[in-house]
Amino acid sequence: MAANLMNGAQIVLECLQREKVEVIFGYPGGVTLPLYDAIYDGPIKHVLVRHEQNAAFAAQGYARSTGKVGVCCATSGPGATNLVTGLVDAMMDSIPIVAITGQVTSKLIGSDAFQEADTFGITRSGTKHNFLVKTLAELPRAIHEAFYLASSGRPGPVLVDITKDAFQASGHYTPVTSVHLPGYRVYTEGHAGQIRRAAQLMMEAQRPLVYAGGGIIHAGAHDELRKLVEVLDAPAVCTLMCLGGLPGNHPNFISMPGMHGSYAANMAMTETDLLIALGTRFDDRVTGRLAAFAPHAKVIHVDIDPAEVGKIRMPDVPIVGDVKRVLERMLEELAGLRESAGRESGLDKKDKQAEPRKQWWAQVREWKEQHPLEPSMSSDEIKPQHLMAEIDRLSGGQAIVTSDVGQHQMWAAQLIKFHHPRLWLNSGGLGSMGFGLPSAIGAQFARPDKLVFAICGDGGFQMSIPELATVANQSLPIKIIVMNNGYLGMIRQWQELFYNNRICSAVLECFPDPEKLAGAYGFKGSTVERPSQLRKALEEAVNEPGPYLLNVRVSPFENVFPMVPAGGAINEMVLTQPQPVEVG
Amino acid sequence: MLQLISLLMENKPGALMRVTGLLSARGYNIESLTVARTLDPELSRMSIVVDVEPNQRAQVIKQMNKLVNVLQASDVSEGPAVRREMVLVRVRSTMQNRTSILKEAEIFQARCVDSSVEGFALEATGDPEKLNEFIDVMRSYGEIEVTRSGLVAVSLDSKKLRLAPPVAKEVEAPSL
Repeated sequence: MAANLMNGAQIVLECLQREKVEVIFGYPGGVTLPLYDAIYDGPIKHVLVRHEQNAAFAAQGYARSTGKVGVCCATSGPGATNLVTGLVDAMMDSIPIVAITGQVTSKLIGSDAFQEADTFGITRSGTKHNFLVKTLAELPRAIHEAFYLASSGRPGPVLVDITKDAFQASGHYTPVTSVHLPGYRVYTEGHAGQIRRAAQLMMEAQRPLVYAGGGIIHAGAHDELRKLVEVLDAPAVCTLMCLGGLPGNHPNFISMPGMHGSYAANMAMTETDLLIALGTRFDDRVTGRLAAFAPHAKVIHVDIDPAEVGKIRMPDVPIVGDVKRVLERMLEELAGLRESAGRESGLDKKDKQAEPRKQWWAQVREWKEQHPLEPSMSSDEIKPQHLMAEIDRLSGGQAIVTSDVGQHQMWAAQLIKFHHPRLWLNSGGLGSMGFGLPSAIGAQFARPDKLVFAICGDGGFQMSIPELATVANQSLPIKIIVMNNGYLGMIRQWQELFYNNRICSAVLECFPDPEKLAGAYGFKGSTVERPSQLRKALEEAVNEPGPYLLNVRVSPFENVFPMVPAGGAINEMVLTQPQPVEVG
Repeated sequence: MLQLISLLMENKPGALMRVTGLLSARGYNIESLTVARTLDPELSRMSIVVDVEPNQRAQVIKQMNKLVNVLQASDVSEGPAVRREMVLVRVRSTMQNRTSILKEAEIFQARCVDSSVEGFALEATGDPEKLNEFIDVMRSYGEIEVTRSGLVAVSLDSKKLRLAPPVAKEVEAPSL
């Protein structure tokens, strides 16, 4: 393309098109007016949200459901600061998004100008990297570097802060064809020797366990994961960020480990002799008290981020690399080892482990049977677990489900099965309330063919009510299911269990009438509270061609179990409701 | 415990803040910091002394290497290295001890860079232990004011020798 005269804003859009961006979630402001004037000429679609925080969450929903880089846009000052929660959230869960923010004119920087904020400084620690662009010349490089950084290695959010004069400056645009980042390295290939050692340990292990994390999803390594699990015939746990990485109905899947993980998963993590950690970071919600975590196990740790390997637990076999590439090589090694073991006359190496492995599986199955994750039912009131089981039934492992943060999130994770990756979208590392609805907006844009459920608690839902306008405006057929127990449920649970049931500021009164609320935005809403009517209500919501707001009144005092108390070891779970407490 | 880190980084606005921000975010106190351009004007070398638990030292280096502006971070607390610091000391002198001060300074190979009726300004360079002794000795002569530059180090480890920055791969922006 011949160099031609464009202004900064047009150049930004040209670069975004080259990066194959189709939609931007944003909110305009004074310093981004030049950008919006360029957006007016198309072809990139701009979705107007009703709060910048939700632009960042929507960009995340787009990225989480496709693996592509999500894009959000805000103006200077308060626009940019409103993005911070969404950026830090993306940082914690390693989600590739690029945020474009406007900044005041270069010569005004530092003068406390109108709507000026030190966006570059404020977002420094909450992004993988950020840029402040003051001149036209730096613009294309900054944008392309931003996309490259966001989507490569360990993905993450990147912010590009562009001054108003840079947007308005006019000049010849020369396309950038390569990025040069001398300080940035991506380690894709794992060390061959380490991979061999790992394969050897896998052959010898008597009680192996696969511990798969979000990295499997980011790498697109779900097939390789499944193959490894089947070749080893090992039980496998998936963290909150990896649900769907292994199909939820796979026979080797023993659910999620950690604070609200399954009994079988936590016991297996504790008793394993070989912990195969793939694309995961030994988060404190998963490990519980470190001294008691996997005390008998050798650890193989595969991760693309060298800083994660050895951060929490020193592995016996550290492997820095792209987990998909590493698993491919590992499967080759294992195939080779099994072949040579099979060729050995007499004692087959595999046979030596057959008996202990059988016993290991028998033990794992026993744990599953002792304390299964089962939905409890009642005929008088809708149990939250019953709601999740019904959504699971309607989804059949295929729907996109976003959730907000709290008790409903844990029950959804425990009880809804995902047969594919990138269907379960939730805020794990940061746990940001208000995530459920806007991320569903982003996901529905990315996957218009999919049925999208946004499951929110009554608390989280009320943090994102403004986006009902976006849902209506864009005619997004999202099924918003509010699990309504009248409380900030997780807070109430902790206050009940650890603060003598002194419930403070956890009661949510004055919840809006959903029929009126949805009606105010021009779509359907209703409430259901009888268990016998739950299925019909959900089906009505799903069959409605447009969006639907279903308020589901559930038992107010259910607690999420199993639970590992903070600071506890994961094999010391509280499994059922302790002795009844005086209701305060 | 003090850890001395040598960093090769891009000479860009905000790069310094990223490194110090990383440390302050984790609550590590920075004892001293110096940074200056290298032969390549696009790159700076930073020497930073930070108070870190021994079991966190490897993690600190890894986190610094993660920063996009940092080409290389290495721990030069131990191992073969040259570690130097400069100190400027103003010492108040009496008529009687003027000559002694100068003689003492000579022992430490310190230079006198200013002389007045009130006292001297002395400049000394050397490894930190030598400079600590120098300051103690000067303090015994009278009131002093000390300005230290912070540690600068160059590793003598052959593995870590980097005369030029590592050549990075030209990477295609993915979709272009």
